[in-house]
Order: sequence, then structure tokens, then C-alpha cells
Amino acid sequence: MPKLTINGMEIEVEPGTSILQAAEQLGVEVPRFCYHDRLSVPANCRMCLVEVEGGPPKPVASCAMACGDDMVVHTDSEMAQKARKGVMEFQLINHPLDCPICDQGGECDLQDQAVAFGFDRSRYHESKNAVKNKNIGPLIKTVMTRCIQCTRCVRFGDEIAGMTELGLLHRGENVEIDTFVEKSISSELSGNMIDICPVGALTSSPYAFKARAWELTKTETIDVHDAVGSNIRVDSRGGEVMRVLPRLHEDVNEEWINDKTRFAYDGLKRNRLDRPWVRGEDGKLKEASWDDAFAAIAKKYKKKKKDKIAALAGDLVDVESVVALKDFLGTDNLECRIDGAQFDVSERGGYIFNSGIAGIEDADAILLVDTNPRHEGTLVNTRIRKKWLRDRVKIGVIGQAADLTYPYEHLGTSPQDLEKLIKAKGGFADVLKKAKNPMLIIGTGAFQRNDGAAVQYLAREAADKFSMVTKDWNGFNVLHNAASRVGALDVGFYSKDGFDLSKMSFVYLLGADDFNPEQISKKAFVVYQGHHGDVGAHRADVILPGAAYTEKDALYVNTEGRVQQARRAVYPPGEAREDWKILRALSEHAGKALPYDSQLQLRDRIAKEWAHLGKIDTLPSSGWKKFGKKDKLLGDDFKLPVEHFYLTNCIARSSHTMAECTKSFSKADTAISHAEAAE
Amino acid sequence: MKKPFDLTADYQPESFTFKDQKKVDEIIARYPKGKQRSAIMPLLDLAQRQTGEEGAKADIPYGGWIPRAAMDGIAEIVGQPPVRVYEVATFYSMYNLAPVGKYLVQFCTTTPCWLCGSADIVGAAEKHLKIHMGETTKDGLFSLMDVECLGACVNAPMVQINDDYYEDLTPESMVAILDALAKGKDVPVGSQSGRKCSMAIKGPTTLEKAAKKAGVA
Repeated sequence: MPKLTINGMEIEVEPGTSILQAAEQLGVEVPRFCYHDRLSVPANCRMCLVEVEGGPPKPVASCAMACGDDMVVHTDSEMAQKARKGVMEFQLINHPLDCPICDQGGECDLQDQAVAFGFDRSRYHESKNAVKNKNIGPLIKTVMTRCIQCTRCVRFGDEIAGMTELGLLHRGENVEIDTFVEKSISSELSGNMIDICPVGALTSSPYAFKARAWELTKTETIDVHDAVGSNIRVDSRGGEVMRVLPRLHEDVNEEWINDKTRFAYDGLKRNRLDRPWVRGEDGKLKEASWDDAFAAIAKKYKKKKKDKIAALAGDLVDVESVVALKDFLGTDNLECRIDGAQFDVSERGGYIFNSGIAGIEDADAILLVDTNPRHEGTLVNTRIRKKWLRDRVKIGVIGQAADLTYPYEHLGTSPQDLEKLIKAKGGFADVLKKAKNPMLIIGTGAFQRNDGAAVQYLAREAADKFSMVTKDWNGFNVLHNAASRVGALDVGFYSKDGFDLSKMSFVYLLGADDFNPEQISKKAFVVYQGHHGDVGAHRADVILPGAAYTEKDALYVNTEGRVQQARRAVYPPGEAREDWKILRALSEHAGKALPYDSQLQLRDRIAKEWAHLGKIDTLPSSGWKKFGKKDKLLGDDFKLPVEHFYLTNCIARSSHTMAECTKSFSKADTAISHAEAAE
Repeated sequence: MKKPFDLTADYQPESFTFKDQKKVDEIIARYPKGKQRSAIMPLLDLAQRQTGEEGAKADIPYGGWIPRAAMDGIAEIVGQPPVRVYEVATFYSMYNLAPVGKYLVQFCTTTPCWLCGSADIVGAAEKHLKIHMGETTKDGLFSLMDVECLGACVNAPMVQINDDYYEDLTPESMVAILDALAKGKDVPVGSQSGRKCSMAIKGPTTLEKAAKKAGVA
């Protein structure tokens, strides 16, 4: 372990640590552009120069120089300062200095560091290089003249996203970043290039010229577009969400988010339900007051028998409102698996991502069953790719083949192929057997069939057979794609024996949009509580306007079973209210007031019955018990649950940006699948 | 100056196949398994030479260059995304990414050659061929291009025509070389002033005996 001195402070570091990383451990900041702690080190910006005593009489790029024993490093010496000033002057030779019209202004590394190391005037009178802007899709706006060629975006595409489309072309002063073939960057992670770009070369296209970084209110919250529960920061101004950025959570999303999380926010401003509606005698929806709406519901509700009442919880609802609805209705006909998935939910270990997303990094063989993690949980896929990049982990896939950004062995497409794998000798079965921490990830698509529980049983059998569950390792993982699902299952918002929706006469839809409303009987009285005028609201007799995830304090449980807290960034539009409050008010109208008056009381009530939901951001082990149902398996192939990545929920469907993405990327996707078919 | 790289230009052929598959295999085999991307550079060279051979026989002749289809093909051969090949190809001035004349005349215009009169050499060639730097003659025979130091400063000024160096030039000898090439005559490569290799102009100043014995003095 090398021991060295940085600015007079001694530190001992792991072998191979660079001087820059060691300085960071000491809290010494070294300026940089090209270095990024999750990407490879090209050392091409030269901004991190430091002085190393006794070494060659010139400054050293600290990001690429490994710490050595007895090194004496000065990060702020005269030599280092002078070197950085020189580098900064070079960086600015061709930079347009158009900060006043640049969206990066106020949060730009180059701007900040130019304040520290730049001169107040330029010594160059030659004309500046101009670089043509590139067209790389509807999400990223490019102003390539501002580029300082740090190649972070190239390395991000290469290493994290697994889409080598950008490159650094030409050389010397003609060097530029380009895709060369005019094509969009078809990665679900492309938005992160905006974040890692240290200058204003890549900026957000939908956010262009909308706001300045310093005038935004920043709210740290949780994403609900998939079940990963990415940690995000919602930047708002007035009552409007201006943009969504990732927030660091090493165990969940690291510092990336997918493009749906980042760009679907414009869907929060369209198709919103901002006042209650009641269907009149003539069969047409009419605006109503809250009281009228509640009265209309209470009248019908009181008449119905408990076994004729049913409720469906959608993909975006929070734990509190689900509990409140369950408490209020008091019926057994509840269901949160509106995607038609059938699986045994009696054991928590049977429906969550047991090893945790960060656990993927400990796995040494991964079997994906009927899942395309790129679309169902993009950050899970990023983790798998990270693991593959680092250790070349062996990956097998049963289900539809797709481009997952890493190579894998395709083992079949149906449950029978999984059965075969369990019995097989050699091949991938051997890989799983020999692995220390084998892992199985099964998508919810595998359960969206009539033999769902049997598939679950089979997956459990596979986990047992390949000893995926040991004392300190649980490699059985279900990858959900709805943010509400695990939370709703945890609080028992499901029907044990199933019920026939078409026989129900009172149906309460809590944000339920992703199902076929024709299953509901024409005569049934339907209440829709939610935030978008989507499928559910069209069928409703009474519409209660709720709050979207950016508009309420709420608990969500991600696919790992991690409880996370969303916070209100803006107020719900119009007369819309937070969902649990609506249910509390409704219960009073219906004559049986729910026993909680504040959200804290409601959370107390939740934590009392389900202790694990009271602990934010922890991952309690769920144990390994029997689940699933041994049954006959159907012969049909697995189908993937997510058809259009950019249109999976009512917010995304209302978003123009997502519609644009579907238009420009679905073509590319089909082109890929055609190419694969040809092979 | 390299010519701009245009992937969609009409001169780009639709497909490209290596004629000498054996050579391709031999190049690939030079590198350890898993490091096949190292073969990008020799393969680019091979592709350029192949088009050069074809071009020499064409009605309007042209010199070796690398079509986009060849780069895409190489990317496939070495298992890399196409952009990785474009990166390499655009970096080096020796790879021509657009058609050039049958004889690509590369003038060294870096300091030593310039001090020895490279500007006059360039002027003579431009005047003689009636084209400018970066252009190609109508008959497809000559392209002119300025490059950085080619490492033959002792015999400055000099030009490189395809694979050969022509050194110790004067405007007259430059024109004579161009004329001879246009007529298909052989021109001796190397120094045009009669000096041996890069020996001192007035004959050997050291090892005189050895030079005499070798018959070069």
C-alpha cells in the first residue's frame, strides 16, 4: 500500500489509486474535465496537472498517475497553478465563450474552472474553429463548437450504455465528436451524456432555453417510471417541473437515469385531471365539486354488497393511498397486478429482487428469464453490463432475444427450455453449477400467462437446483416494471383466489390505466382516481383528480423491496389533491371515516402492520420459503411485457418528448430486429 | 490537408470485398486472440492498395483510397463498431478517404523543406498541372496535397509520390518528374541531384576509404 504526502497531508491508499483519487479521499479538489470516476481514464484534458516532487521537472496529470511510495505531491503549488492556467488558456482558444446563451451556464465545469484558472482576456486574435452541430436525436441538443474534446460522451456510450455510436474523429485542431453516420443515439441512457458533458456541447433538447440552473427549486425524490426506483432530483420553477436529473444512490441507480425518467416530465403538464367529474343522467361527464363527486360515490357505495366491490391499483400509485383504499373498501376483491400477471405472492421472497441491484456486481453467472432489462429496468441492465465489462460474467437468456448491450448465450424461448436447462448437463447449466453466486432474473412477462404460478415454481426450482440461495446470497430475483407493484403486494393489495371483474358492480380504479377496461361490466359503477385522463378515466362514472409522483410526499417500494420516499416538488394542478387525502375525505362522506388525519398517522398505521415499510432505504432479507404452484406448463413462448419502452405509463403516453422518441427510435429498433432475424 | 470525409457522396461504392482473402487472414492472424482491432490499420492499408490497383486500370485512372463500404467491412471483420474504424482512418493523413489521382503528390512544406524552397516546388507543380493544392487533374493522373515533415530533411526539398520519395528537387526537376510520370516513363526515385542516399552534397567527409571501396564516392 503506497504511502504518500499530498499538500503536506499523509495518506495511505490502495495500490493503483491515482493521485487525483487519493487527493479526493483527503478532500483536496483537483480540477478536471475528462476524468470521471465511472469511466476509463484517457488523460486528455490535462486540467488535473499537479506537481510531484523528485519526479520529472514538469507537471503530472494526476488522474492517470498512480500513487507511488513516498511521493510528495503539491496540488496548489505555483507550478501546478501555472500549468492549469496554461491548460485553461488552451481550452478556451476555440471555445466560443457564449455562456450568456448557453444552457449549461451556471452549472458548467468550464465556466467554474475558468473563473479559477482563466485570464480575464484572450491572447489569441486568430479566428476560432467552428464545428457543425450534429443531429443525434430528439433528446440531445448539440452545440459542438463548445466541445472541449474530453471524450466523456464517447466513453459513456462505449462503456456504460454499450452503444458505440459516437467517436472522436480527425485529429489536431480538426478533431470533433461525431456519430459520422447521421444517426440518433439509440440508447435508453443517452440523457446521461448531457450530465457528464462538462461544457454546453450536449444539452437537453426539451429543456433548451427554458430556465437557468440557479432559479430552480431542487427537490430530491424518487422516480416511478419503472420499478428500479431511481433517485432523482426534480427541478421546478413556480408550479412547473422544468427538468429531472439523477441523484446519486450507489445501490440503486448509481448516478444514471434512463431517458424516460429524465424526459417524460412534460407528460405531467398534459392530459391532467384537475377537477372532479361526474357522469350525468345523459351519460356525459360533467364538471363537479368535490362534495358532489363524493356524494355520488357514497350513494352507490353504500348500496353495494362487499363482494360486489372491487378495486384495481395502477402502476404509479404510492403505498399510502393503496393502504387507505384497502382500509376504506374493506373488500377482498383487490388487485394490483393489473397487467394480468399470475404468481404466488404469499412469500415476499418470491416476488422481489432479492439480491439487490448492487448485488449484481457480486454475481458470477446470470440467467435472464423472459426479461429485457434494458426496457424493464434500464439501470438493472446497466449494472449487468458493468459486471460484464469488469469480469466478463457469463450470461444466459431464456426468452425473446434482444440487443442487451452485452453478449449472452441464448438458451431458448419457452418455459420448457428452462426445464431443459435444469435437467441439462454441461453448457450453461455447468456454468451456473460452478458459479459461487449464480443469479436468476425473471421478468414479469413470465407471469403474465395462465401458467404464471407454475413458471414461478419452475424458476424457484431452478434457483434451488443451481444453489442460488445460500446463507449469505439470494440469487432469485423478480424484475418488476411498475413502481407501485411491490409496495401494493407488500400491503396485501391482491386477491388470493382471484375474482371476476365483469361481475363486480362497483369498481374503484386507483390510477389503473394499463389494463383492458372492457373487462368491467357495462352496468358497473366505476370510480377513477388518478392524475391523467387516460384509459381508466374514460370508463369512469366519477373521476377524482389525484396527484402525480412529483406532487406528493409518498412511499414507494422498488423491485428490490427498498422503501423510498418521494417528496413534493410542485403542487397538484387545479383542484387535484394528494391521493390518500382524497380517500380520507371520501371515507368520511361514506360514513366510515378512516382513523388517520395526517400522513404521519397513516405511516404509523402502515409501519404497525408491515414493520419493514417503516424503514426507509433498507433491504431486509426476505428468507427463502416455498412459493409458486407446481402445475402443468403451457407450451407457448415467453413474451416480453414492455412493447414500447417510451410509452409504458399514462405520464409517458402524454409526453410529446416520449412520442418523439418512439417515432425516431422504434424505426431503429425494428431495423435491428430485422437484421437479427436475417442472421 | 486531408480531403473531407463524406460517407454519403455519390463516389462511394455500394460494396467492397477484399480480393485477397488470404492476405486478410494473414493480417488477422498477426494479432493475439481478442486483440483483432489491432488489424484495423493494416487492413485499411490493404483496402487502399486494392482500390489503387483497380484505379490504375480504369479509364480515368485514380489512386488508392478507402471507400466507406471498406471501412464498414473492416469493422465487421475485426468485430468493432464502424465508428472505431472511422476514428483511425480519419486520424492518419496516409489514409485517403476520397478518390485521389493516380499519382498522389504529397509536398513536404514543413520548416526544413520550406527553407530549402519547397514553396517554389509547390508553385512549379501547381503552375504545370494548372490545379491547386487539394485538387486533382481532370485526367485523373495527379492530386496535390501538402503534408507535414516526411523525415527526409537532409535531402530537402522533397515530395512523396504514392510510395516513393523524390528528393533534392528544383522547380525544373519537379516538372520533369510530373511529365515523365504522365507519359508513363520510369523516374529514378530518391535524390534528383545525383547524390547517393543522404550523403553530404560534396561527397563523403568521413569514412572516405570505405565510401570509395563501396563505389559511392
